[in-house]
Amino acid sequence: MQWEVVIGLETHTQLKTNTKIFSGASIKYGAEPNTQADEVSIALPGVLPVLNAEAVRCAIKFGLAVNAEIAPRSIFARKNYFYPDLPKGYQISQYELPVVGKGSLTVQVGDQEKTVRITRAHLEEDAGKSVHGAQEGMSGIDLNRAGTPLLEIVTEPDMRSAAEAVAYAKKLHELVQWIDICDGNMQEGSFRCDVNVSVRPKGTEKLGTRREIKNLNSFKFMQQAIEYETQWQIDTLEDGGTIQQATVLFNPETGETRAMRSKEEANDYLYFPDPDLLPLAISQADINAVKATMPELPEAMKSRFEQQYGLPAYDAAAITASKPMADYFVSTIQAFGGEAKQASNWVMGSLSAKLNEAGLEVINSPVSAQALAGLLKRIADNTISGKMAKDVFEAMWAGEGDADDIIAKKGLKQVSDSGAIEAIVDQVLAANAVMVAEYKAGKEKAFNGLVGQCMKASQGKANPAQVNEILKKKLA
Amino acid sequence: MINASLKEMAAALAAKKISSVELTQLFLARIKSLNPDMNAYITLDEARTLAQAKLADARIANGDITPVTGIPFAQKDIFCAKDWRTTCGSRMLENFIAPYDAHVISQFDHAGAVNLGKTNMDEFAMGSSNETSYFGKVKNPWDRERVPGGSSGGSAAAIAARLCAAATGTDTGGSIRQPASLCGFTGLKPTYGVVSRYGMIAFASSLDQAGPMAKSAEDCALMMNVMAGFDERDSTSLQRDKEDYTRDLNKPLAGLKIGLPKEYFAEGLSAEVAKVVQDAIAHYRKLGAETVDISLPNTRLSIPVYYVIAPAEASSNLSRYDGVRYGHRAAEYTDLLDMYCKSRAEGFGAEVKRRILIGTYVLSAGYYDAYYLKAQQIRRLIAQDFEEAFKHCDIIMGPSAPGTAFKIGEKADDPVAMYLQDIYTIAVNLAGLPGMSIPAGFANKLPVGLQIIGNYFDEARMLNVAHAYQQQTDWHKQMPEGIA
Repeated sequence: MQWEVVIGLETHTQLKTNTKIFSGASIKYGAEPNTQADEVSIALPGVLPVLNAEAVRCAIKFGLAVNAEIAPRSIFARKNYFYPDLPKGYQISQYELPVVGKGSLTVQVGDQEKTVRITRAHLEEDAGKSVHGAQEGMSGIDLNRAGTPLLEIVTEPDMRSAAEAVAYAKKLHELVQWIDICDGNMQEGSFRCDVNVSVRPKGTEKLGTRREIKNLNSFKFMQQAIEYETQWQIDTLEDGGTIQQATVLFNPETGETRAMRSKEEANDYLYFPDPDLLPLAISQADINAVKATMPELPEAMKSRFEQQYGLPAYDAAAITASKPMADYFVSTIQAFGGEAKQASNWVMGSLSAKLNEAGLEVINSPVSAQALAGLLKRIADNTISGKMAKDVFEAMWAGEGDADDIIAKKGLKQVSDSGAIEAIVDQVLAANAVMVAEYKAGKEKAFNGLVGQCMKASQGKANPAQVNEILKKKLA
Repeated sequence: MINASLKEMAAALAAKKISSVELTQLFLARIKSLNPDMNAYITLDEARTLAQAKLADARIANGDITPVTGIPFAQKDIFCAKDWRTTCGSRMLENFIAPYDAHVISQFDHAGAVNLGKTNMDEFAMGSSNETSYFGKVKNPWDRERVPGGSSGGSAAAIAARLCAAATGTDTGGSIRQPASLCGFTGLKPTYGVVSRYGMIAFASSLDQAGPMAKSAEDCALMMNVMAGFDERDSTSLQRDKEDYTRDLNKPLAGLKIGLPKEYFAEGLSAEVAKVVQDAIAHYRKLGAETVDISLPNTRLSIPVYYVIAPAEASSNLSRYDGVRYGHRAAEYTDLLDMYCKSRAEGFGAEVKRRILIGTYVLSAGYYDAYYLKAQQIRRLIAQDFEEAFKHCDIIMGPSAPGTAFKIGEKADDPVAMYLQDIYTIAVNLAGLPGMSIPAGFANKLPVGLQIIGNYFDEARMLNVAHAYQQQTDWHKQMPEGIA
């Protein structure tokens, strides 16, 4: 039987505010345990939550970025359960009326576009952390993270492969950084994905029973986890088994997923509206105020790059995949002043390859946009050939100086003096009578051989176009 | 001096007839002699109290005086007060020293008032007789075999026995007004949101409201000037201009329209209490007020609605008492779940457990719509009853409680009979309206309270209505025997 996997994502993005969602305590990562736990974070008797307006602005920004409905009135609810790192015995979240409603995000999967529908996004507070093993036989609680603002973004079950799910997650990851509501740091838990996976016979409508893979904090693990989980579900069904709704964890060491609790043990969270917080009212004026601070979104920038710079759609999409990349490109173009396509080729090509290889972000590139523009100028004015430029770029990456320094130092300046080239060509023609005869007998390939000999004789410095031209003239 | 009004005390302090330390010592001495029997206070800290009195005297010497500077007040043990043990009447918080001040406490501190001590109360404010306190029953100074009412029973007894100049209380379903009625003094529950709940240990967040408990309406007005006002730390605190609650005290009552809800004078009200209340209303007619009959048809639903909403909120509010970070933790346990279960089983009393169970039940999947949601709908109907009523009158009057103080133990085993104590007060909390109780006379030598209910933010008007009566009667000045 042909199977189809159905995937939906829930992503917890930690919002880039200075303070907690319901108190003035700092949310800085990495502080000594409990030094950022104020009376509200500890949930002392009598304390009350006060909503952080910046967190609301972040939610509105996200709503605008995915063309979603922003609720004029949303409600904070208490999700009640006991856990040592949950100081109040309930988490303040949003349940029935979330701040962000239906929206969508279009992602590129290979050469296909895929639109993923966003069901909702809601504000909530993070829990603290249990620390085991610091003291023999005891567990510690660190409440620094308790109350950190999160925006939980939920999709419809719209993805049909691990590749689609990862493409969506990557796009979302870029977007929340692009609009500056999340630092995107997956190692520190700023961006965590839960993935709901189910399978069904291809061509059928009814959704299969889903299992939720919790807390994936890398795209590689997400891909592996979904692939493993999908195959496990298919195997289970084909062996005549059934899928039980469950929460599962991915073990990166074994590459397997494993159920941590089944639905039977699932809690009744006793949700009810939090009487300590008023309904969150957002006016059109509030939305407009946030709109005024929004950066140009990737889609809009992509179209603009196509029109303004004449970039092909593929290039424009690749360049606008992240804000820092787009910024780098724009800086390069501005310093270069030449053909944009030339710049996008270099940014998408050599630069991206080197960055990937070194595991660097573009903002940390050893070759600045200005330096790359310097190189592009020397290509454009025929000082060096494209092939030589690759070597120059390598040297720039290695920190040997800017393009001009390296060209001068290595004597790589291209020979474009036609007199000098003519002399070389004459020399080559004289020394390679056999090839000349072959060419004249109609063997086109011999021409390339002659060009190669000329380049070799010039130690690669001769302008290849000029060599071609002069050779053709002399052999005519 | 112990029977003086706040105004008289302030005048004596300003004129240096008495110092704050002397005034404080006067009350501390009374507490020492009477409290062991009365049990109105849970925690006393003479050194801390006297240090505050000394500071107040320094302020007075510098002319830095507010109407309450140097005056000793009792604070209900529901308010966190920095470095004071704050128990909320529960074993759960038996050893909890608050590391911060509630808004109400810091307001009194800033005004230079003296904190005499923390008063007894029903555990987590759940009760109408002060019998659920982990720290023992409180006696009604008018008859020491009887309850003072609750949950602010300690504050009530402290005022009636003149163990403080005045006290704070909180009122979730009648916890200021019912004890005021049973102990014969003046108590005001303000409009929801007028006094910040920050630092006031939560029972039912959408109903809890702090208010003054004092010997007269004038004293309550002066205390409201200290307690009321916007506080950004409480999202339900209302952003309104600061008001002077004494401003209308002496306005004439001519033309005042008093609404008398027929449901408040029906079955369940003791005949003696009814008579006292009717006499008080007759007095108001003499003062130029007119009365109109009104109806609050959903009154009978207020108790069932309250006993869904309040426990629901309480069950969640009390989840933080898990033995993990502070509060009672069982001495021995096998694992995390066992620690939770034992700590909470030991830390909470029977009434608190009952309400946690009720609350958890009504919020459970499958029951939420039938109970919690339905209760919220009826709550709106109850508020609409008042909205409609206030189209026909300026103020509503009736009894504060169905009877006078009952015997200790009399209703302790009958929760429903106990819950009915609040039949006339609960609807006011559900609607978020202000309500008062003032002494209106006696039935069988026990005090009877008249309840005054105002429209939203009409506290100044209510205080005016109460003050006018107190200018012509002396019920509020009477003291129980055996407390001199």
